[in-house]
Amino acid sequence: MSAGLQKTLVKIDDYRWEIPRTYKPGMRVPGLVFSDEQMIRHIQDEQSLEQVANVAFLPGIVSRSLAMPDIHWGYGFPIGGVAATRVDDGVISPGGVGFDINCGVRLLRTDLTENEVKPGISKLLADLFINVPSGLGSEGKIKLKGNQIDKLLLKGAAWAVTAGYGEAEDLEFTEEHGCLEGADPDKVSVKAKTRGSPQSGTLGSGNHFLEVQVVDEIYDARTAQAFGIAEKGQILVLIHTGSRGFGHQVCDDYLKTMGAAVRNYGIELPDRQLACAPVKSPEGQSYLAAMACAANYAWANRQCITHWTRESFSRVLGKSPRELGMRIVYDVAHNIAKIERHQVEGKKLTVCVHRKGATRAFSAGHPDVPKAYRKVGQPVLIPGDMGRYSYVAVGTDKAMEETFGSTCHGAGRVMSRSAAKKSISGADIAADLAAKGIAFQVASMASLAEEAPAVYKDVAEVIHITDAAGISPKVIKARPIGVIKG
Amino acid sequence: MTRFEFFDHTADVGLVAHGSDLKEAYANAAYGMFSLIADLEEVQQDIQRDIDIQALDLESLVVDWLNELLYIFDVEHILFSRFEIIALDKNQLRAKAYGEKIDTSRHRLKTEVKAATYHSLKVEKENGFKIQVILDI
Repeated sequence: MSAGLQKTLVKIDDYRWEIPRTYKPGMRVPGLVFSDEQMIRHIQDEQSLEQVANVAFLPGIVSRSLAMPDIHWGYGFPIGGVAATRVDDGVISPGGVGFDINCGVRLLRTDLTENEVKPGISKLLADLFINVPSGLGSEGKIKLKGNQIDKLLLKGAAWAVTAGYGEAEDLEFTEEHGCLEGADPDKVSVKAKTRGSPQSGTLGSGNHFLEVQVVDEIYDARTAQAFGIAEKGQILVLIHTGSRGFGHQVCDDYLKTMGAAVRNYGIELPDRQLACAPVKSPEGQSYLAAMACAANYAWANRQCITHWTRESFSRVLGKSPRELGMRIVYDVAHNIAKIERHQVEGKKLTVCVHRKGATRAFSAGHPDVPKAYRKVGQPVLIPGDMGRYSYVAVGTDKAMEETFGSTCHGAGRVMSRSAAKKSISGADIAADLAAKGIAFQVASMASLAEEAPAVYKDVAEVIHITDAAGISPKVIKARPIGVIKG
Repeated sequence: MTRFEFFDHTADVGLVAHGSDLKEAYANAAYGMFSLIADLEEVQQDIQRDIDIQALDLESLVVDWLNELLYIFDVEHILFSRFEIIALDKNQLRAKAYGEKIDTSRHRLKTEVKAATYHSLKVEKENGFKIQVILDI
């Protein structure tokens, strides 16, 4: 971080830090970072705070350029960045969504306990590993011909349910019911469709995973109960993946469109990766329609993987998914832009909320929260790193007031991948996981090293901040007993 | 001259490619990117693809060139290990890329590269030419 920023960072309270508008000429609003004394020191070592300030340049941005405690250096937006822009005269930026559009997490609950699953965990993982295609260059089992993909892009998770992957009830427990409105396959390039068709129904590689977890700690029994989580030792399944090459291509295509739009509309930006266009412009509307297709692609993807997960559990444990109680707790996107209504400076405003490595966290009573959870609030799913643990938290009124109903999305990296590869080998991690009693199946040992627990912040520290700041108090903690990684 | 090197970026990978001329720097950027995806020593060069792209400027050409190669890799599962830049000016790049289809029995696959980004993107004249690009992985 520049020395200038270090001086201007204003501590508001133990968990909030402001970057004043005066830091950089061109900032339209201040920045607000959720962090604590210890973590803010680490964040200062990299460029992510500069990126928070850069996002504040976006035309039409309201309130503040926000950063969640898992903030780290991204490209354009920081990872963990949230920005809301006025729909009337503000912009939409594909860089505020990222390449992996609707990368997200889905949590399944079961009626199983650790004692029932742990003895056969290797067999279960082996079955899951075959049933859920994963890894670099992997193709799915779903064969989409010609324009069949258009239906998937229009309907998202509902397409998958109609095709026999899962049940109608699953949609109720998916953000946007697994289908973002306004999707238009005609706004998507042939290249994106060509790239996306064979990859539909694949976990992918990188930081994507499927974990069999055990409930380790319950902090808020009433809320946990509402989410279908009753006791320690209960088995959960966490699925983390996105829109694969389809989303990457949509983002790439529209960054080009936006590059030209920035010139046409005379928008001045400090970073090209923030390229944007007015929400209401033809470019902005086309991107939103294409982005919705990618979001739907990702929801269909997680829906298909859910189905195969149930299949594998059912086959290995000899009971039907219904008998196993394998219901979806929730499914959230953490790379997305959404048109939402929020209270801004005393007025209800329609805004475009960019969540780049940030999760929606709506409060109790919000109509977009599933009926079954409306008294407690929306479940927020926060995966930690591979060897450690994950959390479920819940949205609050405070989040609605302060962060446009948003919170963190994960642990956040602290070590670069090259540093990780220098200091940690795939074999070390394998030994470490084995020592902790965590079974695993990986497509590549090299990718295992990149996602080593040591490269991430401790998610417990991240969640401590969102909990203490009141934007998403923790509900339960889960630890993995089995990991599948592409 | 080192063909390419990586620099630290927390979430992603920074790539710097060098070349005695611009063409060589573009070829080395592509080689550097594919060396993240797989060990290239094992990759034969029996398939060839022609690439022809237009862009606003030299920087955009870097992003488009690398992303076009990623597109072909994703769709055709071709690992590229040799790049020949035929023509290059500030708005256009024409090239031939050579490689072979992924064969997991011989190829060691490493990292999935999602895309090349515009963040901190640079094309500079420095001991020949230097390209800096951040890859989203």
